[in-house]
Amino acid sequence: MKIEQGNSLWSDAWLRLKKNRLAFISLWTLLIIILACFILPSTSLVEANPNGNLSNAFAPPSSKHILGTDQIGRDLLWRILKGGQISLLVGLIATIISILIGVSYGAIAGYKGGKTDAVLMRIVDILYGLPFLILVILFSIVITDISKQAKPFLIEDLKLSKNFAELVINIIPLCLTIGLLGWYTMARVVRSQVLSSKKLEYIEAAVSLGLSHKNILFKQILPNQLGPIIVYTTLTIPGFILTEATLSFLGVGVQPPNSSWGIMLNEGANYMETKPLLIIFPSVVFAITLLALNFLGDGLRDALDPKASKD
Amino acid sequence: MLKTILDRLLQGIVVIICLLTLTFFLIRLVPGDPLTDEKAMPPQVRAENMKIFKLDKSQPVQYLYYWKTLLQGEMGISIKKRQPVSMIISQSFPVSVIIGITGMFIAVIIGIPAGIIAALKHNSLIDNGTMFLAMLGISIPTFVVGPILAKFVATQVPFLKVAGWGGPFDWILPAITLGLGTAAYLARITRAGMLDILSQDFIRTAKAKGADQKSIIIKHALKGGLVPAIAYIGPAFAMLITGSFVVETIFQVPGMGQHFVNATKERDYFLLQGMVLLFGVLIVMVNLAADILLTYLNPRLRS
Repeated sequence: MKIEQGNSLWSDAWLRLKKNRLAFISLWTLLIIILACFILPSTSLVEANPNGNLSNAFAPPSSKHILGTDQIGRDLLWRILKGGQISLLVGLIATIISILIGVSYGAIAGYKGGKTDAVLMRIVDILYGLPFLILVILFSIVITDISKQAKPFLIEDLKLSKNFAELVINIIPLCLTIGLLGWYTMARVVRSQVLSSKKLEYIEAAVSLGLSHKNILFKQILPNQLGPIIVYTTLTIPGFILTEATLSFLGVGVQPPNSSWGIMLNEGANYMETKPLLIIFPSVVFAITLLALNFLGDGLRDALDPKASKD
Repeated sequence: MLKTILDRLLQGIVVIICLLTLTFFLIRLVPGDPLTDEKAMPPQVRAENMKIFKLDKSQPVQYLYYWKTLLQGEMGISIKKRQPVSMIISQSFPVSVIIGITGMFIAVIIGIPAGIIAALKHNSLIDNGTMFLAMLGISIPTFVVGPILAKFVATQVPFLKVAGWGGPFDWILPAITLGLGTAAYLARITRAGMLDILSQDFIRTAKAKGADQKSIIIKHALKGGLVPAIAYIGPAFAMLITGSFVVETIFQVPGMGQHFVNATKERDYFLLQGMVLLFGVLIVMVNLAADILLTYLNPRLRS
């Protein structure tokens, strides 16, 4: 007798995702962009010249500099890839921070229910009312100013190189700021998921078996909510990359000599009139990355949670 | 319904108090004070200034003084600009509001019709095309759209300027830059809302009864289908108003954005508080208005 092999949720989702052409192309595009950003700059394919070469500024695209050079003669492709490292990292780290906070907060609210839930969600309601960009700018400036004091410690005690210490002091506050202010939606999503799955039979079974609350919440309920969490994570990353770029564009995010896509767009805007390529190339890469992340998130939502509406 | 409104109003007041308190203590976490940056201020002058701005008092006392000033209807004096905060705001606030409102207007007149058309032509080329454009609109930030419009549109159209703030013509490009992203979100939300309504039984009944397509859409579908889009307009407006910081930088518009960023950087305590207060009030009011409109449109929320 032939036994039909059942499909797991994940293999089902993978099949559905593969059928979604846009999402699948996006997935590959993203992989290529990520690999290019993190591998190419350390190969000899791209010329690395962090200090630039003024005599070679604004060079048009050529075989030596595929995308040309910037205002102080640095290879534009090299800068886009290096900037991409920072933009992608900030997006990712900030997302991880926000997911950790949002998931725990939402899970506790949903699991405890009753008064705890009411109070916790009321707090989220109030936090929702606070203007995001205003707080991000405020926090970013304040946390960055405070963390500047840690610089001697990083250089002298931890023996980090000066450049790396500057990068750490710049990036960590930025990720913290964005992550600390961006977890509300995740908390809401997880809370409603936990709230509804709490009533299911397998949880009742777990309760009657005498499992601890911690066990039930983290080993039974949350693993079954991975779908929505993954979907929302994918949709959060582009939002946070955009936030980083906005901050950097306004001059309160990544600070030169560190670079990110936001910094490049900011600098490029200054030369818009005469050297449009300086803003066009970073814009294109930036837009493609965000587009791919958004399409992938949409595709994942359809794949993992077919019932969810497309908003 | 009155209870809901009162509830929201109360929540709005709590939001504003939280915002002001948070800003107040957060900005004072930065080491030093606003006067330390000023070059070579004689100790005596400095002490006098500290006294004028009550900076010599402890933070909780300063906080109470701030509320006292505020409750007397004043916002204090900018430490850096030496002008009343209310004066700086009265010059820059209208500019930010104009950009916000025109941006929202553009978002609505593009986004909602696009979403409705996409839903009516579900799964057609028009639908897919619109949704692709919408995703593009979401993914391309204002600081890419802005310079592109400035470069390729402002130089071609005679009455548009690359930068500056004179007459209503100068509102156009900043508003388009600001509104496109929101238009894209609105199109997606409108489409989803319309699709949801169009698949419901009462629409099928209306069709079965022989009502024509036009009246089904106008009389039955739109009212419910637009609810999610209207629910989004409240928070979107808040995002537009703060999002205008970027647009103000690109088109050199004298709005509140630059004041806010500079006030934070220079620790201009009272100016910062004033800016935050204004933004807070504006956002709370817009959200309240959206809530009221929503309860009016959706009878199920009225209980």
